[in-house]
Amino acid sequence: MIGRLLRSYGTGIGILLLIGFFWVNLPGTFMTAQNWLNIAQQISMLVVVAATMTVVMVMGDFDLSVGSMASLAGVVAAVLFGTGWPVWAGVLAALAVGLAGGLINGVLVSVVGILPFVATLATLTMQSGLAFVISGGKTLFGRDIPAGFSGFARSGVPLWQAGEKWVMLPALVIVALAVVALVWLVLEQTPYGRRLYAIGGNSEAARLAGVRVTWLRLTAFGFTGVGAAAAGLMYAARVASANPVQGSGLMLDAIAAVFLGMTMSESGQPRVLATLAGVLVLGVMDNGLTQMQVDSYLRDIFVGAIIVLAVSISALGRRRAGAGAGRGRGNFG
Amino acid sequence: MPVLALTGIVKRFGAARALDGVDITLKGGEVHALMGENGAGKSTLIKLLAGLMRPDQGAVTLDGTGVALTGPGDAAALGLRFLHQELQVVPGVSVAENIYLGRAIPSRFGLVRWQAMRQGAAAALRRLGLDHIDPALPMARLGAGDQMLVRIAATLVEGGTPWLYVMDEPTAALSQAEAERLFAVIAGLKAEGAGVLYVSHRIEEVLRLADRITVLRDGAVVARHDRGAADQARLIRDMTGRLLEQRARRGDVAEGVLVQISGLAAGALHQLDLTLAPGEIVGIAGLAGSGRNAALKALIGALPRRGQVRLQGVALAQTPAAVWAQGVAYVPRERRTEGVMPWRALSETLVLPHLRAVQRGGFLRRRVEQVLVKRLSADVRLKARAPSQPVAELSGGNQQKLLFARAMAGQPRLLLLDEPTRGVDVAARFDLHDLIRGMADKGVGVLVASSDLAELIALCDRVVVLHQGVMTGILPAAGLTEAALLAACYAGASQTGGQS
Repeated sequence: MIGRLLRSYGTGIGILLLIGFFWVNLPGTFMTAQNWLNIAQQISMLVVVAATMTVVMVMGDFDLSVGSMASLAGVVAAVLFGTGWPVWAGVLAALAVGLAGGLINGVLVSVVGILPFVATLATLTMQSGLAFVISGGKTLFGRDIPAGFSGFARSGVPLWQAGEKWVMLPALVIVALAVVALVWLVLEQTPYGRRLYAIGGNSEAARLAGVRVTWLRLTAFGFTGVGAAAAGLMYAARVASANPVQGSGLMLDAIAAVFLGMTMSESGQPRVLATLAGVLVLGVMDNGLTQMQVDSYLRDIFVGAIIVLAVSISALGRRRAGAGAGRGRGNFG
Repeated sequence: MPVLALTGIVKRFGAARALDGVDITLKGGEVHALMGENGAGKSTLIKLLAGLMRPDQGAVTLDGTGVALTGPGDAAALGLRFLHQELQVVPGVSVAENIYLGRAIPSRFGLVRWQAMRQGAAAALRRLGLDHIDPALPMARLGAGDQMLVRIAATLVEGGTPWLYVMDEPTAALSQAEAERLFAVIAGLKAEGAGVLYVSHRIEEVLRLADRITVLRDGAVVARHDRGAADQARLIRDMTGRLLEQRARRGDVAEGVLVQISGLAAGALHQLDLTLAPGEIVGIAGLAGSGRNAALKALIGALPRRGQVRLQGVALAQTPAAVWAQGVAYVPRERRTEGVMPWRALSETLVLPHLRAVQRGGFLRRRVEQVLVKRLSADVRLKARAPSQPVAELSGGNQQKLLFARAMAGQPRLLLLDEPTRGVDVAARFDLHDLIRGMADKGVGVLVASSDLAELIALCDRVVVLHQGVMTGILPAAGLTEAALLAACYAGASQTGGQS
């Protein structure tokens, strides 16, 4: 009974325990609207990367190059701003670079047939090198970053007044929620998404049932590339600077978030709303431990342990559930 | 001779009784056939024997002494060996390595003694009279039948003394020739005093092999026959509880040309020329490797092909997606690897080729989808808990029905069916044949590849014979006998009817 509870709601219970822990240990600062808006702002980049990463993980693929793509997109935009491009044009160009990078991954994986691990590891390295070349290895800031660009990250929708100041829903959070909504629509409500899940379920069977597997895999990587570029732009806007390594932490966290999310679904498939919950776990941990002034290296150890714990419980549970399914099968003969 | 007796076996799943007081006695030196529809309790019984489940009531005795079957190790120690239709082999390594898979590999100082291993494997193969299999060959080079025989040979190098072989639908994936080789091995095992529990839907095989037949229905033994005491009609009635009459053949096929195939070649297939009329059912017979399956795979666009194929005058497309879109539907041969999404909801497997029909403006319409799923499931009498049930939880026969229902939806013009009733019980097979004929009556053309010659004769209007990739004849099914068809499959061009 407890086993089944843990299996179905383990990650959910974990989130509540985590929140409860910080609520008790950080009285008056953790469980406040302002802190939650901070968390939302802090995780908004990761939400975008993880949500679009979910699109390829649905097919059983993954993309290691999202972090270097985020850095590259930020650097590209900053360099273009520096040469006088308007904000909208620089942003579009950086997103186009993301789309191109994603599609290159897609071609390598689906047309050429390279394992995603190898293909995206190679593009990770190339994009990373390219970001250094374009930026000259420097951090671009100051006049290179127009106010119209970095101002966006500080803007938001006013929610209510607290004393003198307005409590704002940050624009980056709105962007992140919009991306989640879009990915949810695509994955859960369209034939396109259904076909991606079919590819993840059995790619040869999907092909024989008339799914254009090669084309779909190719395009799905495009989502991930654009998502990574968008996150890179959000990051650059937030810190009003761009350097060739600033996105590198995103990749592992994004994959971890999807895996955490997969522990929440019955059949262990990636779902974008579950991914969002996974990001939330990482974000809450990060925020709470930082406030408790836990050393950042220790924080990494905690995050890793939580991922191992959640995925282990889920894997053990599924093995037992699998045995149960076998029993059910016997019933049919 | 050892005797394993199961008495009063009861196994419940919730309120349902999968086995309801079953008695069965298995003896060395005897082939004991176990028959029954999907869901009759055969698989449950096998799982109990394998120690994968425990009975709720009842006793198991070996030579009069009570034994416990609480895990796979117990079954092996008692001398039981299990052969499933889904083979567990490692295709990339040699036959010898497959034979020693999971067993004590001959070694010295931690290094494999290859010579000893090959000799041991060769000895095991020789004991079964399998001189044609070279232990050094990669497993992947062997046909499904030889792979099955290698698995049997593997049981001979295990520790303990195997005396009872449980074979679950062993011939489902085998060609006629491979099946014959298996039957010879079974005869050899029997002569050495080993027993076989033979589970199969194929009545002809059972009548030929079995010394005794036990029929299960709804978890209970409904009939026991000794060799020669039962015939086909009797067994069908035992299994289904009803009399199934083979439906009368349809009248003449409509005039006209639905599909024109000329010079088709792909993979193992070198030459196929065929004209299919609307509403015509044409079978493709041939030994394994004759290009039987390649023909259908090529037509659906999953194999690159040469030659011309026209569907109502229009050239057939080259990819599965485009061919489905032209109104062609396909039931693949390997349902688990090529057909279903095992861990996704069954409705998703069902609707996958028809997503275009359940969407509007690029978005899925759940209500329309639900209606479609409900209708398709009812059409084939699918036994499932809910549309959200994962496919892997369905029995093999129900998975097959699922693929069938999927192929028939969306008003296809041409049905390509590869082993359409593999692993399906008698009653369900009648239902599926009925559905195929119903489609044909509506003017749909049907191409069926099957290793079950009786099925081809019963179902088809004409049967194409392939020999080593080349079409050697087209025989009208009316008046055709299994023996004649089998001879044609073996003989190549010399003895078959004229080309059409």
